[in-house]
Amino acid sequence: MSKEAVTLVPADQISIRRKPSASIAVVGNPNSGKSTLFNRLTGMRQKTGNYPGVTVEKHIGIAKVGDASLELIDLPGMFALSAHSLEERIASDVVLGRIADVPRPGGILAVVDSTHLYQGLYLLQQLLEIGLPVVVALTMTDAAEASGLSVDAEALKRRLGGVKICPVVATTGQGLDDLRLALAELTEMPQPDPPEFWEELSAASEELAGGIPATVPRIEIERALIDRDSELAAEVAGYLGEGGEAKLEIYRDRLFGSEPPLASEARKRYTWVRDVLAEVQHAAPVITTWGSRMAMFMNRPVPGTLGLFIVMAIVFQAVFAWATPLMDAINAGTGALGGFVQASLPDGALASFVADGVIAGVGSVIVFLPQILILFLFIIFLEDSGYLARAAYLMDRLMRSVGLSGQSIIPMISSFACAVPGIMATRVIPNRRDRVATILAAPFMTCSARLPVYALLIAAFVPAREVGFMNLQGIVLFGLYMLGIVAGLLTALLLRKTALHGPKPTFALMLPEFRRPNMQTVLMQLLGRVKIFLKRAGTVIFAVAVVIWALAYYPRSEEIASTYDDLRASAAQTLTGEELELAIAQLDNENAAVQLEQSLLGRAGKVVAPVFAPLGWDWKISAAVIASFPAREVVVAVLGTVYAVGDEADEATLTERLTSATHPDGSPLFTLPMVIGLLIFYACCLQCAATIAVIRRETGGWQWPLFAWLYMTGLGYVGALIAFQLGQ
Amino acid sequence: MTLASLQRGLKYVIDGVDATDPDVQRLMVLGLVEGAEVELASSAIGGDPMEFRMFGNAISLRREQARHFAVSPAGLGE
Repeated sequence: MSKEAVTLVPADQISIRRKPSASIAVVGNPNSGKSTLFNRLTGMRQKTGNYPGVTVEKHIGIAKVGDASLELIDLPGMFALSAHSLEERIASDVVLGRIADVPRPGGILAVVDSTHLYQGLYLLQQLLEIGLPVVVALTMTDAAEASGLSVDAEALKRRLGGVKICPVVATTGQGLDDLRLALAELTEMPQPDPPEFWEELSAASEELAGGIPATVPRIEIERALIDRDSELAAEVAGYLGEGGEAKLEIYRDRLFGSEPPLASEARKRYTWVRDVLAEVQHAAPVITTWGSRMAMFMNRPVPGTLGLFIVMAIVFQAVFAWATPLMDAINAGTGALGGFVQASLPDGALASFVADGVIAGVGSVIVFLPQILILFLFIIFLEDSGYLARAAYLMDRLMRSVGLSGQSIIPMISSFACAVPGIMATRVIPNRRDRVATILAAPFMTCSARLPVYALLIAAFVPAREVGFMNLQGIVLFGLYMLGIVAGLLTALLLRKTALHGPKPTFALMLPEFRRPNMQTVLMQLLGRVKIFLKRAGTVIFAVAVVIWALAYYPRSEEIASTYDDLRASAAQTLTGEELELAIAQLDNENAAVQLEQSLLGRAGKVVAPVFAPLGWDWKISAAVIASFPAREVVVAVLGTVYAVGDEADEATLTERLTSATHPDGSPLFTLPMVIGLLIFYACCLQCAATIAVIRRETGGWQWPLFAWLYMTGLGYVGALIAFQLGQ
Repeated sequence: MTLASLQRGLKYVIDGVDATDPDVQRLMVLGLVEGAEVELASSAIGGDPMEFRMFGNAISLRREQARHFAVSPAGLGE
């Protein structure tokens, strides 16, 4: 169980929190079609925020019914009110009105998947006991028919005491008008009382209620009896005064005997569920669908696993092949814009700030958008089609060997685009130790920001020789990917053996059927994730770019500036036309390099150079590496400036300059061992302020991000040291 | 016999759960309780984890966890 603190309503403000609002909570099992339905009902009238104290996203939307508008809260998917993961806990706390800033809902839209009534009815029974008005949306009725099931909605309504049931097909919009009307009436009209499902439990909470403030709803007392170790149980025991916990135990003993309360609840409710199922669900002829044929084949262990590798290969190929032209276009665009600004503003700090600080800074963020968009599109598509859950299932054994479970595989795959959303995707992992180990392993995956660095160094220093049917450059790139994966997995293993030692994680995962994803839902999710990336990464990377610009710009030496002004003036007298232009450009670049050498960044490079000397680096590389600690891709631009080719130089020029760079004694600087070491350094190092910030948010403190930074930097240094010293 | 030793293509009914472990209780909340009808649907390479079907839901478990559930073939009286 996660230990993250959720901001709950303080006990003394309890009457405020009990005040029901007109908003309706949308509740259902994961993959029940809940989000598709929510998107259908609210369209673009949505806003996304966070629940106080935690990083779980809050989705609120407005549904229009005639002239009226209804506020809907889309909750994370849940199986039961007794929470297992952080997201499930938020969902049940919102429904019970226990979270600050979120008023207690006035009603519940229970989304029940008609192909998965078994678990759907379990949650529904719990929801009906809350005491709020409920309307049931019975989703995927088309899929139920296709899979050979017919659901008798009338019989179900009878068993639920007359609760309104609306069969819908969210993808086509069938039944939505009825549902809208039912929602509009939900908090306005009196709703039928649900039947008594569990008399003994109601009687016990009734008796206990005598000693508890009247504002505490019965459902909370009932949950306190069942969920023995929950916050709610402690709260209710507190209301009961001294001996409250013992009093609850007496009631638990009477209700459940020696059985664990949760097991007793599951047995009791599922007995009812099976009884209802037998009455309302009937077998009909099966229609074989695209999904079911596919599932049948992918169920076999070997085709399934092979299929997973093929899918991943296609995804990565697409990410790189499709994104490259777009990224080149963005680079060219920001370069041209920077050049234009520099040409139109008077030379000086302002022009440099706008061109090299602001435009280059913003450019360095948006240049990753194409890759991130494409990768996210694939991931959301795979997730919504039900395939990612299957990937987790297929990879569980591998992940188990490093002390994790299959659930860690999805965050790791996301981290190949960017570790920030990858780390956010760890929220579904219920166990805190597994979650933290996954968070620390994720930044090792080769993210899109490492690629420009790899591309530059590999193109410059690894010969493009054919080795068998592969290219040596390709092999090195593949090796770097593997290095990231292996280092990440070994890190997880190491942590699970030491600081995060604990019982072996269990693995229980519902496997949804393959489904054709709904494009609207996919696009809405894509938009949401891109927004989060731009906000988190954008603000941090941009701020960092400005700071690095200032460090590299100040202090300016007037002496150097006037020396180069003189040189330019004398060039203008002796040369003309194209020759003059070339000479001026050359002088500009040299000027920038000399200015950088005596800037704060250049000086810092010289100060730390002895530390990096054992790795074969000079002060220039040291300065570039320092500059790239907040955002690793910055290194390419800084190397461009420091080697006097201009920061907008094309790769070929920079490559040429790097290969001819030497130590003061004339020996070549970029030897193969040194380059391999530098690549290893970049593969391991945590040079990303955005990742550090997101680790802090998700783990709730500085301890883990600090550890991750020190550990990864140390590992990178040692790796580079070994590569250089062995290769010498 | 337990859930870990099912034969593919046959139906079984859970007839006993060792519920002391909180992780097992969670699986019970997901529907693996006495009286539930289950089938083995597939397994990953090496036979672990395994995928079970119950009333149209597919759930995957590790072999180790599956051992907490006693089953008997369906249709042989309860």
